[in-house]
Amino acid sequence: MHEMSLAEGIRTIVHDQARAHGFQRVTVLRLEIGRFAGVEKPALEFAFDVVMRGSPAEGARLEMIDLPGKALCYDCAKTVEISDRLDPCPECGGGRLIPQGGDEMRIKDMEVV
Amino acid sequence: MCTVCGCSDMVTADGKVMSHDEAHRLGLAHSHAPSVAVATLPFPHIAAGGAEFTHGHSHSPDHHHYGLGQAGASVPGLTQARLIEVETGILAKNDALAAGNRQLLQALGILTLNLVSSPGSGKTTLLCRTIEALGDLPLAVIEGDQQTSADADRIRATGARAIQINTGKGCHLDAAMIGHAIDDLRLRPRSILFIENVGNLVCPAGFDLGEDAKVAILSVTEGEDKPLKYPDMFTAARLAILNKTDLAPHCDVDLDLYEANLRRVNPLIEVLRVSARTGEGMDQWLGWLQARLAEKAA
Repeated sequence: MHEMSLAEGIRTIVHDQARAHGFQRVTVLRLEIGRFAGVEKPALEFAFDVVMRGSPAEGARLEMIDLPGKALCYDCAKTVEISDRLDPCPECGGGRLIPQGGDEMRIKDMEVV
Repeated sequence: MCTVCGCSDMVTADGKVMSHDEAHRLGLAHSHAPSVAVATLPFPHIAAGGAEFTHGHSHSPDHHHYGLGQAGASVPGLTQARLIEVETGILAKNDALAAGNRQLLQALGILTLNLVSSPGSGKTTLLCRTIEALGDLPLAVIEGDQQTSADADRIRATGARAIQINTGKGCHLDAAMIGHAIDDLRLRPRSILFIENVGNLVCPAGFDLGEDAKVAILSVTEGEDKPLKYPDMFTAARLAILNKTDLAPHCDVDLDLYEANLRRVNPLIEVLRVSARTGEGMDQWLGWLQARLAEKAA
């Protein structure tokens, strides 16, 4: 996707949090990434290392937590979990699903000193 | 001031004047000058030096040192590392700017459409024909491309106002760029704002600009599998325009399969078959625009 832009978004949030909470350095940064977020994890890891240089999160460990993909099935009207965007409905086998979750990209928390 | 004990910066140690930090680092005996009141001194050196305010010391195993942890300072009752709950979307800043754009555009009653597609699907040609067909209806265009002002020049040739945004290495327009463009466009109330995004079926799907709807343009030469390969864009779009239908007989394509694949990734998507070149389907597209304008005015 646009992992460099995402890393820049993370850097902005790190600076905001550093001002608000008065910390010097981030040691661990945890992200929650939905299955349908379209985030290429190795690309984000690479961008993270590059973009965080000179910020309080320079050298921080990046942990990514997967969130399940959820979709509403237009055939059986149930909200179901699917692992692939184009999977059929596990309840009724229908193929008309619209994502209802799993596109999350957020910073969950950070360990700071 | 020394970050370890709060003493003044310069000390004498080993017969030389040096910074307090330096003296600590080199492990040299040095005195602690009474530059701050006792009550404000953190406890390390009070503990180490007792009631003595000025104390020379050498750094030995029985010397109590604080502030050597990750934080570089010690606060009673707090561990060195702490956890900050953030729970903030990575694109929160863009989302907030987009909400600001949306509020402004809504207040002015402007219909804002974000046109997304792969490069070469015919967005600019469709826009030029649309502007000509809409006649006197006030509108403005924001053009996004990595380089050149070619598209804005084509739009301006129709008489419409246009701003070109060059994103450089960027693969999408973001809400801040649109905010700046809106400031310069001096939009008229109850007009249409077309935003022609950077040709890219991936990234623009994730960046809200403050629009009313995304319109995805897919030309028949691209292949029926594109909605399945790039589902995010077609899931985010309200309308898909299947463009260049005049070329369909030459390309061995199945237009019904295009529509079926679009509805597979987005059961709610509306689909129009259009040829901007021959004008086929343009009436339906103009009718769709008029219906959205009527919704705005209601």
